Amino acid sequence: MWLFKSSIGKKLIMSISGIFLILFLTFHMGMNVTAIFSEEAYNGICELLGVNWYAIVGTLVLASGFLVHVIFAFLLTLQNRKARGNKRYVHSKAPAGVEFASQNMLVLGLIVCMGLLLHFAQFWYNMQFAELIGNHSNNLIGSPSDGAAFIKHWFSIPWVCAAYLVWFAALWFHLTHGFWSALQTLGWNNAIWINRLKCISNIFATVIFGGFASVVIVFYFKSLV
Amino acid sequence: MEKTINITLKVWKQRNPKSQGAFETYTLNNISIDSSFLEMLDILNEQLINEGKEPVVFDHDCREGICGMCSLFINGRPHGPDDDVTTCQLHMRKFHDGETITVEPWRSAAFPVIRDLMVDRNAFDKIIQAGGYVSVNTGGVPDANAIPIPKDKADAAMDAASCIGCGACVAACKNGSAMLFVSAKVSQLALLPQGRIETAKRAKAMIAKMDELGFGNCTNTGACEAECPKNVSISNIARLNREFLFAKLKD
Repeated sequence: MWLFKSSIGKKLIMSISGIFLILFLTFHMGMNVTAIFSEEAYNGICELLGVNWYAIVGTLVLASGFLVHVIFAFLLTLQNRKARGNKRYVHSKAPAGVEFASQNMLVLGLIVCMGLLLHFAQFWYNMQFAELIGNHSNNLIGSPSDGAAFIKHWFSIPWVCAAYLVWFAALWFHLTHGFWSALQTLGWNNAIWINRLKCISNIFATVIFGGFASVVIVFYFKSLV
Repeated sequence: MEKTINITLKVWKQRNPKSQGAFETYTLNNISIDSSFLEMLDILNEQLINEGKEPVVFDHDCREGICGMCSLFINGRPHGPDDDVTTCQLHMRKFHDGETITVEPWRSAAFPVIRDLMVDRNAFDKIIQAGGYVSVNTGGVPDANAIPIPKDKADAAMDAASCIGCGACVAACKNGSAMLFVSAKVSQLALLPQGRIETAKRAKAMIAKMDELGFGNCTNTGACEAECPKNVSISNIARLNREFLFAKLKD
């Protein structure tokens, strides 16, 4: 099928799955920011996303979208390296106007994946997964649906905060290119819109970064006082 | 008084497509800064021939920037350090006295080296043969006002048509993608009424050929656009994506 065989088809899959992940990030960021204003409201959302069919189906759809994005990223990168050939230029420089992020999307994606592992181990494993295996009782940090307790616990530890900020920074770079690139692949671009889309990309990536980072920073300082 | 410079050249030498190849270093003295890069290579070859050595093989033809034959990856950039010119239009005044200039062939799996700095760009011709034409006989030149075409469309088609098929886009791309070339060739016809009719068929055929020949997948880095000697815009790539996706969705 052309979707899996042609280069533009595979890029379309990257584009659609990327936009889907962007939508999820927007939701997740909004949910996190809630915690700054009201821990009860945040825990309300956590309870909603515990073990019920909607949340589990949602998680599975999200995970498959994520896997598709990662699998095709590797597939395309391998093909691209092969197309580049075995002989590399000895002397080569990135031309002016080429974004750093655009040439390092796979590396940035890998950093995002590593951050995700840490995040799963610290939050998801103790929250939705704990409930999934039937452990509704309190563990060391708090009850599985007491998200605010987890936030307060982990973001009082300096290295965890630093790791999360690095993670968000990699995500910022990834999004500045990914956002407009996804739309370019869909064919929504021309000489006028390219600059607008790049500008929107930067603003959007910064809003996402700011939202996520503010939660880490606010709770770190709250833990000090 | 004419200014001259002394330079050292590090040139890729490769006997045939299968041999390993290596850099060879040459020194050239008293090169006029008014000479073009290719004239400088001519001087080098004359010097080599007089010494009884093998000259350096490189592609060139019109030497006025319109044929797309010249190539060369000079000091890390396709067509050298100057912007928006081909190698034949590059002048030695862009280099300074005592500089070491590295000259490499285009490196891409789809463009195998034939010899030294000459690469086989037949893949581009095959892509054009797959659909880069209008298949009806257009007859004589029609009257300019017979088919009204909006100015912006005409301009965009003309800008796309400025692609000379030199392959700098493939050479600059970290993915060895030919999307800028293919998109320019699809756009120049898609924007005009005579070419518009076959756009869907053309986009599908040319993309299929491009994939088959082993070019990479575009990741929108924009290196092609930055290095294109003719300033072809990546908005053409968006147009190609659009035409291809609509064509496939209609099937």
